[in-house]
Amino acid sequence: MSLHTLTVAQLAAGLAAGQYSSLDLALHFLGRIERLGPELNAFVTVTADRALEDARRADETRARGEAGPLTGVPIAHKDIFCTDGILTTCSSKMLSNFVAPYDATVAERWKAAGTVLLGKTNMDEFAMGSSNETSFYGPVRNPWDTARVPGGSSGGSAAAVAACLAPAASGTDTGGSIRQPAALTNLTGLKPTYGRVSRYGMIAFASSLDQAGMLARSAEDAALLLAAMAGFDPRDSTCVDAPVTDYVAGLATPLKGLRVGVIREFFDKGLDPAVGRLVQDAIETLRASGAVVSEVSLPALPLSVPTYYVVAPAECSSNLSRFDGVRFGHRCDSPRDLRDLYERSRGEGFGEEVKRRIMTGTYVLSAGYYDAYYLKAQQVRQLIAADFARAFADVDVVVGPTSPTAAFGIGAKTSDPITMYLNDIYTIGANLAGLPAISIPCGFVQEGGKDLPVGLQLVGPHFSESRLLSASHQYQLLTDWHRRVPPGFE
Amino acid sequence: MSLTRAQVEGIAHLARLQITEAQMPVYVDSLSRIIDFVEQLSAADTGGVEPMAHPLADQVQRLRPDVVTEADRHEKYQHNAPSVAAGLYLVPKVIE
Repeated sequence: MSLHTLTVAQLAAGLAAGQYSSLDLALHFLGRIERLGPELNAFVTVTADRALEDARRADETRARGEAGPLTGVPIAHKDIFCTDGILTTCSSKMLSNFVAPYDATVAERWKAAGTVLLGKTNMDEFAMGSSNETSFYGPVRNPWDTARVPGGSSGGSAAAVAACLAPAASGTDTGGSIRQPAALTNLTGLKPTYGRVSRYGMIAFASSLDQAGMLARSAEDAALLLAAMAGFDPRDSTCVDAPVTDYVAGLATPLKGLRVGVIREFFDKGLDPAVGRLVQDAIETLRASGAVVSEVSLPALPLSVPTYYVVAPAECSSNLSRFDGVRFGHRCDSPRDLRDLYERSRGEGFGEEVKRRIMTGTYVLSAGYYDAYYLKAQQVRQLIAADFARAFADVDVVVGPTSPTAAFGIGAKTSDPITMYLNDIYTIGANLAGLPAISIPCGFVQEGGKDLPVGLQLVGPHFSESRLLSASHQYQLLTDWHRRVPPGFE
Repeated sequence: MSLTRAQVEGIAHLARLQITEAQMPVYVDSLSRIIDFVEQLSAADTGGVEPMAHPLADQVQRLRPDVVTEADRHEKYQHNAPSVAAGLYLVPKVIE
């Protein structure tokens, strides 16, 4: 078995056993990124020097007998996380010259855990997109079929891990931006409970929805990585001060007796029947292992996409007002006056989709429209959260597909924003209600002679990450979908 | 079209975004479609429903003591500024 197809847990074991050094791993992955990275366009910045420096330090830490579970494991960060002294672009022209002056808490914690930073991954501009096609640095390609998208917005992180250019990567999820790309690239992607992981230093898109998580090869890896990421941080006022459970120890919890609710509304006419069959098969696997499966109905959930496209743009228009061409970011040439400076710097610095969302948000928050759109959406959001809460009175987790289809072609959905927005129809609900949710591989559909991965989504009550991870881990002990690697990247 | 060109120009001005002549019809069309799409919320029965203020029901914004917690790092921060002199951010003349 090749080094690059190993999980984080396997690499950590190999490092602990002295089979290879952290420097060996860093060089191996940097070599793959150099060879295979350009075709996929998965990275905005490769931090080779930093990786070698981190790896040497990790090997020294291990030599002193001070290694932790992640010491010396290479990772990549989505280019939305500020990394001190390293270009942090959010895949926008606006920040194409921005060298972050500090570390995001997520970057700081993974660094403190001894991980090795390979680079910063491509993404949809400011995390606004579901296909990684809005990036200023161009689209990312899906390693399962390079004519298709990897999903978004954490598309670079997904492609990098799926193609074995990194063992794991961070991501952020505002409406599905970890889970949907995980589903489209055969990865395990976890969005924790809102407030479980600090948002400090994570460039803000929609602050009441944004949450950091990771894309990995297994639920076990996700547990290891979450343990090194979660927890209270006074620098994020919405970060929750609640104890972090032992996610790794929790993995052993059996499926027997797990109450699983199948979300009726997720098996709608928009779902590709071939995807639906694989998801049903996965649910049967859970049932055969002792899970108690029933159907649940979340009647307000079909309103989640329109609700999201009021709330998220509203928060985006506010958050992105900080980009003014004055303190950091792109500034237009020879501004005539201050208004010209603002309007041209922002007009030039933001791409089409980002401008569309800022304007949508500006409109729904403007005088005379606030009650009809924003307030109404926050009320519907409450109905959606209440639907989930009612379901969780009877079941431990609710399940369904992550995405209505497998990966689609590059350019296939760029002409109509609504078509693109509907990709996130099954993922947005968890963000609106602040719930943790995970996508895990559950099989492949064949399209155009290619095997394309499909994801099963599990959503749990607030702070039930341990339950989601153990159910996913137990499923992965019974199946081997998650071990498959795209042809050409083995 | 639920939005007129004049409305979209007004929104662009409020958002301080320059939209080129060539781009304007694209935004009039797509923003209209988005507003039409979110319009379906108006049919939802939300009578007596409290608008959500925080995704976690029992959480409130935390307060902290009013003390200085950050060191002065303006030089490092201003490395990213397009135009700086004597520790100040420079902008075009505001008052004639």
